[in-house]
Parts: sequence; structure tokens; C-alpha cells
Amino acid sequence: MELHTLTIHEAARLLGTREISAAELTHAVLERIDAVEPLVDAYITVTKDAAKAAADAADRVIAKGEAGPLCGIPLAIKDLICTRDIKTTCASKMLENFHPPYDATVMEKLNAAGAVLVGKANMDEFAMGSSTENSGIKPTKNPWDLARVPGGSSGGSAACVAADMCLGSLGSDTGGSIRQPASHCGVVGIKPTYGRVSRFGLVAFASSLDQIGPLAKDVTDAAMLLNAISGYDPRDSTSVNQPVPDYAAGLTGDIKGLKIGIPKEYHTGEGIAEAVSSAIEKAMAVFKDAGAEFVEINLPHTDYAVAAYYVIAPAEASSNLARYDGVKYGLRDPQSRGLRDMYNNTRSKGFGAEVQRRFLLGTYALSAGYYDAYYKKASQVRTLIKQDFKNAFAACDLILAPVAPTPAFKFGENIDDPLRMYLSDVFTLSANLAGVPGLSVPCGFSKEGLPIGLQLMGNYFDEAAILNAAYFFEQQTDFHKQKAGLMP
Amino acid sequence: MKISREEVLHVADLARLTVDDEAVGMFAEQLGSILEYVEKLGAVDTSGITPTAHAVEMANAFRKDDTTHHLQRDAALANAPEAEEGHFIVPKVIE
Repeated sequence: MELHTLTIHEAARLLGTREISAAELTHAVLERIDAVEPLVDAYITVTKDAAKAAADAADRVIAKGEAGPLCGIPLAIKDLICTRDIKTTCASKMLENFHPPYDATVMEKLNAAGAVLVGKANMDEFAMGSSTENSGIKPTKNPWDLARVPGGSSGGSAACVAADMCLGSLGSDTGGSIRQPASHCGVVGIKPTYGRVSRFGLVAFASSLDQIGPLAKDVTDAAMLLNAISGYDPRDSTSVNQPVPDYAAGLTGDIKGLKIGIPKEYHTGEGIAEAVSSAIEKAMAVFKDAGAEFVEINLPHTDYAVAAYYVIAPAEASSNLARYDGVKYGLRDPQSRGLRDMYNNTRSKGFGAEVQRRFLLGTYALSAGYYDAYYKKASQVRTLIKQDFKNAFAACDLILAPVAPTPAFKFGENIDDPLRMYLSDVFTLSANLAGVPGLSVPCGFSKEGLPIGLQLMGNYFDEAAILNAAYFFEQQTDFHKQKAGLMP
Repeated sequence: MKISREEVLHVADLARLTVDDEAVGMFAEQLGSILEYVEKLGAVDTSGITPTAHAVEMANAFRKDDTTHHLQRDAALANAPEAEEGHFIVPKVIE
């Protein structure tokens, strides 16, 4: 048996019956990393020794019969989630040697559950990008086609799941950064409702949009991970005190009477690849055959989402990342003369081009004389987008749409044209602006064999509905069982 | 929309960035095309619409003014580019 190919729920069962040990499982995953990481480059740091020690500790807990469902499960964590004493770089020269003095809340929860951290996953620098080409360390390759990007910004988190270099991972999603790479790499990824998962210890990009979520080999695994990381946290003042259902237990696969909203703005737009629209249509037929009801809905401000997002997100980023001043942590340019010179040199050397571009854009939008025309206007349009979703959910239980207009693109295809790269986020960033949950589940392949994801968006705090619908879809199809033909 | 080199340099200065000559031209062109795209927001009637700062409505999050978990000084200084005797060291601020 190739242990690294197991899902979390399969591995948990085998660990529970003592057919395998956590040490064996972690060993298999580390061997897989040795074999295919040189091809994929999904990790910034592999925590080999700590992983072995954590696996041994998990085996002791299992022996005592006290293990929960994630005990002994090897996971990867996006490198912008703080891990105590383990390098957390945000894929930036600015934080190349940053060792956080504390764990993020999600890490505390995973550690308490006995999960095994095997490594920190690559990403676009400070989560700004849709391809991992903006990583200040290295680009990650798509396991399905090494000449293509894995998507981004959680490209490493998606690629290492697709390449079986971990059993599941955590990413973060500010405008699609979990769902789009999940779609491009053929894995399941969910962005929870804003406030569902604590952001304490998540390095901030755009605080009103950022949310941590899982990437996994199937929906059951995603639900198990979401169970472990959700919940109110007093250390995150935007965390919401709402009861958390057992997402894994809620997966019945029963969708009778489900009302699925079809927003025409997401299905008729220009630039949707034929492979994507045909996969989405086939997916709709699967739901229809099982008795789901389709409702035509309108999200009339969809066409303005990209523009609003690319004012709001850079504005928040330019303010949030002002903290990198070369004083408290991170890079400092030693050649500088005086404080002001030190600030400017440190920031210019520490941040890559895309991060600097967003600072300029955000600072422009917030600067004297432009605030009302840009930031305030975009925030008003955000209200209208939110209202669109509220109106839509009065008529349906969830919304079905594509994740990305095309399958994974080639390296270099969009990198010289930032606007074109931004436009590829058109179907995902409305969920962040509105704060609703969304997921990507594999729903087909292009002619070239590239995975395509189906997006389901849910009402506020109703992750259970989209997970259950995705679970139903998975039971009817085998797209999630296909593996990237990665030959070490 | 046209963004001048001077505007790029002004905004870069506000953002505490030093942008070299070649990059000024590139940023001017890219910011111009992004802002031109953003202008489409002008077509939306937003009169009387309250701006949204947070997706989920929430009231102020108060907590008791109690001492809870906090970082020890050595741990807080451990990542500093320069520290001495329990302090961050910074370049000379006042000439």
C-alpha cells in the first residue's frame, strides 16, 4: 500500500485499527517529498525532524486510545501562518529568516489534535498573486503539467496535496487564493465565511477579506480539517461567536429539494474557456438528475467586483504592510544612512514587484484627494455586491458557478500584464467582498488533461450546505480520484 | 488613464519605497491601465449607499482589561535586525 496516497479519513481509519502507525505514514510522506519535491517545488521548508518527533508523539496518543480524527495525519501549512520557532517567510525576502515566537490559533488547534506538520508551503509573496510566480523564493509547478502554474496564491498548498506530498493542507483566501489553486490542481478547497476561522497568527494581507481554509483530496477530508480549525477566538476581534456544526457528520449526500442558484453573470461572460463551460454544464446535469431545483438568480454588480477588489485589497495591504520597517523583525538594509533612508531601502529590497505595485496602487487610492473617488466608492460598491448575495440567498440555498475562467495557464502567460492576471479572479473575489463561503470541487478535465473545479458558494455560516452538495457530487463522479501522472 | 512619473515618485515616497528609473516608467504604465479599468466604478449609482468596511456586521469587540498570555521580552526581540540590552536599535532619528 502506498501510504502517501491515502486520504485523511482512510488514514485515520487505518491508524485507529493499528494497521499502520503514524511514524510509518509520516515516513511514507517524507519519502514522497524526497522523490517529487524537486519537480514540483511546493515547499519552502520541509520540517523533517519535527515531523518524525510529532509522528512518534501521535503514536503514543493513539496507543493510549485517546486519538482524535487528525492524530498522526501529515499536513502542510501555507507559509504565512505562524508556526512557533519554525521559519515563516510569506515567500518574501522581507521575512526570509523570520521565526515566529508563537503559533497561530489554527496551529494550536492542529497541534492539540495531534496533526503532524511536514512543511511550510510556497505561495505568492504575501499572498498577492494568482500563480505563485510572485513567490520571492521560487515558483511552484502544477503537478498535472510542470510547464503550468498551480494557481495562487496558495499554489504550494494545492500542489503538495495534488502530488501526495501531504494528506491535506491549509491555505488562505483573500480573493480566491484557496479555490483557484484547488481548481487548477484538481483538489478540494474551501474558503469559510469571514469570521468562521480565527486569523490570529495569519500574516495579514487585506484584513477584511483574508480567511484561512483547508485544501484536501476529497470533501470528507476538507470537512474534517474545517471541523478542527473553526470556532470563535477572542484573540481575533473579527472572529464570530457562532455555533460550529460537525461538518464531517453533516455529509449525507442527500440533496433532494436543494435549490441551486445559477447567476447568469457567471455563466455567460466572455473569456470562459469551452472546456470550463462544458464541465460546468455536465456538473449541473448531475445535480438536476438527482432532483435539485435550479433557480435563475442575478448578481448584477458582478461586473464591478474586480475593480472594487483591486482598490480595497491594495488599500488594506499598503496600510497593513507598513509594519515592515526594518526595526522589529524581518530584513533591514544595513547600508542605509538615517531612519528614512533605512525604511525606503529596506522595503524596496525586501518586497518584490507585485507587492510594491499593490502598495503604490493602494497608497494612491487612499491618498489626499483620491480617497472618496476610489476607496470610498469601492467600499460602497462592496455594499451593493453584498446586497446582491443577500437577495440571491433569499431565493436559493447555494450558488453554482465556475472557479476560474480557464484551466491552469503556462508560466509567463499573464505575468507581464498585471490587469490580465487580476481579471482571472473574476469568479472568486465576490465571495470575499461579500464574506460568504465558497469551495472548489473537481468537476472535469480539459482536453490537455488539466483539472477543472466547480465553485459552490453558500449563505453566511452555511459551509455545511456547500460541503454536503460537493460531497453528493463526489459520490456521483470520480474526478477527485484521478491522480496527476507525476513520474519521479 | 495617464499616471505621470512624478505621481509614481510621490506615491512611492508616501509608501516608503525607493523606485529606480526603469521601474518608475513600468509602474506608471501599469498603474495607469489598472486605474483606467477601475474607473468603471463611476458608472455605479452609489448615492446614499453606506460603505462596507467589514463583510460580517459586528459590534466593537471588548475584553476585560486583564493580563493574559503575552510575549516575553527576549522572544519579542529575537527576530529584531538589531537589539541590545532589551531594546530595539534604530538608526539615528534626530540629527
